[in-house]
Amino acid sequence: MNNIYQNSKKTIIKEGIRDGFPIALGYFAVAFSLGIIARKANFTPLQGFINSFLNHASAGEYAVYTVASANSAYVVMAVMTIVVNARYLLMSTALSQKFDEATSMLHRILVGFTVTDELFAITIKRPGVIEPLYNYAAFLIAAFCWSLGTACGIVAGELMPLRLVSALSVALYGMFLACIMPEARKHRIVAVLIAVSFVLSYFASRLTVFSGISAGTKTIILTVVIASVAAILFPHPEVEDDD
Amino acid sequence: MTNIYIYILVAGIVSTIIRVLPVTVFRKPIKSRFVKSFLYYVPYVTLAVMTFPAIIDATQNKIAGILALICGTVAAWFNQSLFRVAIICCVVVFAVEIILV
Repeated sequence: MNNIYQNSKKTIIKEGIRDGFPIALGYFAVAFSLGIIARKANFTPLQGFINSFLNHASAGEYAVYTVASANSAYVVMAVMTIVVNARYLLMSTALSQKFDEATSMLHRILVGFTVTDELFAITIKRPGVIEPLYNYAAFLIAAFCWSLGTACGIVAGELMPLRLVSALSVALYGMFLACIMPEARKHRIVAVLIAVSFVLSYFASRLTVFSGISAGTKTIILTVVIASVAAILFPHPEVEDDD
Repeated sequence: MTNIYIYILVAGIVSTIIRVLPVTVFRKPIKSRFVKSFLYYVPYVTLAVMTFPAIIDATQNKIAGILALICGTVAAWFNQSLFRVAIICCVVVFAVEIILV
């Protein structure tokens, strides 16, 4: 009995590594472009590595670089982190329904820590209850490549020709697009909101009236306003069940 | 420069709380329809706001940024992987800037 248990543990870890590996490759490339942004914000490779490992979220880390380079208050950093990572509240809530009731609090906390867009996706796709070992295996390989990619971007970004830096610096925005557009295709209201967000964000960044407000604060204000209005006008019927 | 570590720590602690809190606290679905809808819309709005116009300011040439936005949107619309969409945007900027810069 014990032997079977051991084997299945091994299988779970193997599956985690198998599913985490392609994510890790993608992460390395995208994190590299994040490293280029980190370099502009005067982060050292070590700082980039630590930031990537602790925050492991492209938008969240991008917020750190924006806020740090603007020398904004730590409160702004905290609020900004809440706003750009608010989606993890939803994902974590969805995962909370997928746990075996016997799962210990420590495992719940650690699995919660591993949540990223992609790891959430593979966890939700996996049938049955959450196997913490699967998440740890997938997370460790993915997060290591993510952190390493950031550090490499900070180091090698300096050696790269301007043309290449320019090209790689849009990788992150490509990743953002990949996160939002599939949902826009499924729900027209999301597509409309994205278009509205583009337009309002453009005006907020270009009109001199708003030039005194930092980019991070603008993001918070625009997000809260647009999402609130949308939630009042178009309450989403089945938030959790649309996949 | 030392306060960079504080920024990292603040963001790290806050993002960890966000990730961990629901798994440990919410055993039942959130009831408020407004909160559910708001939380549902937040990621799309935030990421959209952060993408534009930043994407056209990141490149040397604005046309390159606009084309990357269009191509990336089309690729993402057709459910291309995160990695592929990112690469497509990079290639577009690289190609356009070879011609225009």
